[in-house]
Amino acid sequence: MDAGNVGWTVPRKVRLADINNPLPLDCGKKITPVEVEYETYGKLNDTRDNAILILHALSGDAHAAGRSTKADEMNRPWLKDRPGWWDRMIGPGKAFDTNIYFIICSNILGSCYGTTGPADTNPETGRPYGLAFPVVTVGDWVRLQERLISHLGIKRLRAVAGGSLGGQQALEWALAYPDRVESAIVIASSTRLSAQGLAFNAVARHAITTDPNFREGNYYNDSAPDRGLAVARMLAHITYLSEISMSRKFGRRYRNGDGPGFHLGTDFEVEGYLQHQGNSFVDRFDANSYLYITRAMDYYDASSWGDGDINQACRRIESRMLLVSFSSDWLYPPEETKELAIALSRCGKHVSYANIQSSYGHDAFLLEVENLSRLVRGFLKARGAQ
Amino acid sequence: MTQKRSSRFDHDVIYDIISEGSAVLDLGCGDGELLMKLIKNKNVRGLGIEKDIDQVTKSIIKGVPVLHMDLDEGLTGLPDRFFDFVILEKTLQAVKKPLFVLDEMLRVGGAGIVSFPNFGYRQVVDSLVSTGRMPVTSTLPYQWYDTPNIHLFTVDDFLDWAHKNQVTVEQGLFRVDDAIIPFTEAVASEASEVLFVVKRLSS
Repeated sequence: MDAGNVGWTVPRKVRLADINNPLPLDCGKKITPVEVEYETYGKLNDTRDNAILILHALSGDAHAAGRSTKADEMNRPWLKDRPGWWDRMIGPGKAFDTNIYFIICSNILGSCYGTTGPADTNPETGRPYGLAFPVVTVGDWVRLQERLISHLGIKRLRAVAGGSLGGQQALEWALAYPDRVESAIVIASSTRLSAQGLAFNAVARHAITTDPNFREGNYYNDSAPDRGLAVARMLAHITYLSEISMSRKFGRRYRNGDGPGFHLGTDFEVEGYLQHQGNSFVDRFDANSYLYITRAMDYYDASSWGDGDINQACRRIESRMLLVSFSSDWLYPPEETKELAIALSRCGKHVSYANIQSSYGHDAFLLEVENLSRLVRGFLKARGAQ
Repeated sequence: MTQKRSSRFDHDVIYDIISEGSAVLDLGCGDGELLMKLIKNKNVRGLGIEKDIDQVTKSIIKGVPVLHMDLDEGLTGLPDRFFDFVILEKTLQAVKKPLFVLDEMLRVGGAGIVSFPNFGYRQVVDSLVSTGRMPVTSTLPYQWYDTPNIHLFTVDDFLDWAHKNQVTVEQGLFRVDDAIIPFTEAVASEASEVLFVVKRLSS
């Protein structure tokens, strides 16, 4: 199939919480004001029933597809080098077909890409929030996204879809707003992060908070905790790959020549790769945002909708569900996605589950485009088959 | 794993057996064709299980709920007696642990519908004896090296299993040439394909 792309994109901004209408948070606090950055692709139809909300993962943004026209203006030069993070999935003729659907993607609360986050001004102090920013949750993100959808005049979404932390938002949508989501696509994700996942996040945050530049999060007028953030990203990157993909990509190859350099610096290719990942990340991400978002990831547990019982939680769901895992993903292992599929099945819900064979590890949700597209396209088109 | 379902034998027969509005699990549902018909026309609550992802995708395209799973790993998580009918349409001979799969079938389902190519069919036996080679027939269309059928068995093998495991045969149908005949009225060696509806006697 000939697939095009969405072309040049323009980010939009909207204020979705103000003093008269603050956003209530799971932590008990309320936040105001809240600005949300979002992008849309395709056209909303007259009956306003062709909208699909795309949910981004930890370090993602609202720029899911196309080329941003505002990279310089927003001081995000890295956007000039590449299209949106799910560009291969979103566009005319692609899985999320912009000839058919109206695609929306917004930046999550607490992030650093246009939606209110710890780097923004705290109205109470006139200075950046830093660690005074409230602890936010996946539930809070979805509540804010609901405001966006209502603002756009959309009552019911054709679908919500995302991978990783985005998949958990899709699941949360189906749980929190069962009557407003026709279908949900949950990719490389599960009902909650494992103890091992929590452990990785703990170490990542530790790397940031022990960086001497961290200064309790008040680093915005000074040097940022770049070293800590880079280490956090390096660590996380290991969890996104698989043992086999790392072997294939780097093996035990040395960067210079074919023997050890007998020094303690970067000697192996895999070391260089991680360092590059870490270093380029600090140019584009805020350390405080990293703390808040990984915390939200830790806290998420879909079973809280059923007082700790996932089966009871699943009974709430009215959407058609598509769950997809990847065989070599060890951050959100296939077994856990399958468990959710079975829980939904035993509640008599319409659920399909597929486990794609892939060596890419968790990153497969960005890379296994062909297989994923076939499933997503088929699932979206099968609407009304039942 | 799933064979081509060219034959209308089991499809049509199973379709007729399943009652309106029942809950149906199709083990090895292939492209989801049977479930789709049941869901559309008989208001069935259907679920498929399939281990080939291309077939899974085809089921999804048809709007049939399907779980990409390997039957040999069991149906853990699905409650006892959750389905009215569990279908094993020409699938049992292709699994690694047929007895385990049968047990799981009868655990989650009130009734099991099992169809399989009969290895005791006279034409199959004659072919084996006369050529001295593994039979290749319309119901067993594979060469020995590429067959998905790793546990071939006969009508009597199946009935022995039922007898030894407190499983009752509610209904049995033989395909004899192009006719479908109740198993009590025909000789097993004349059946190329067979279908049994079985239940476990409650203990």
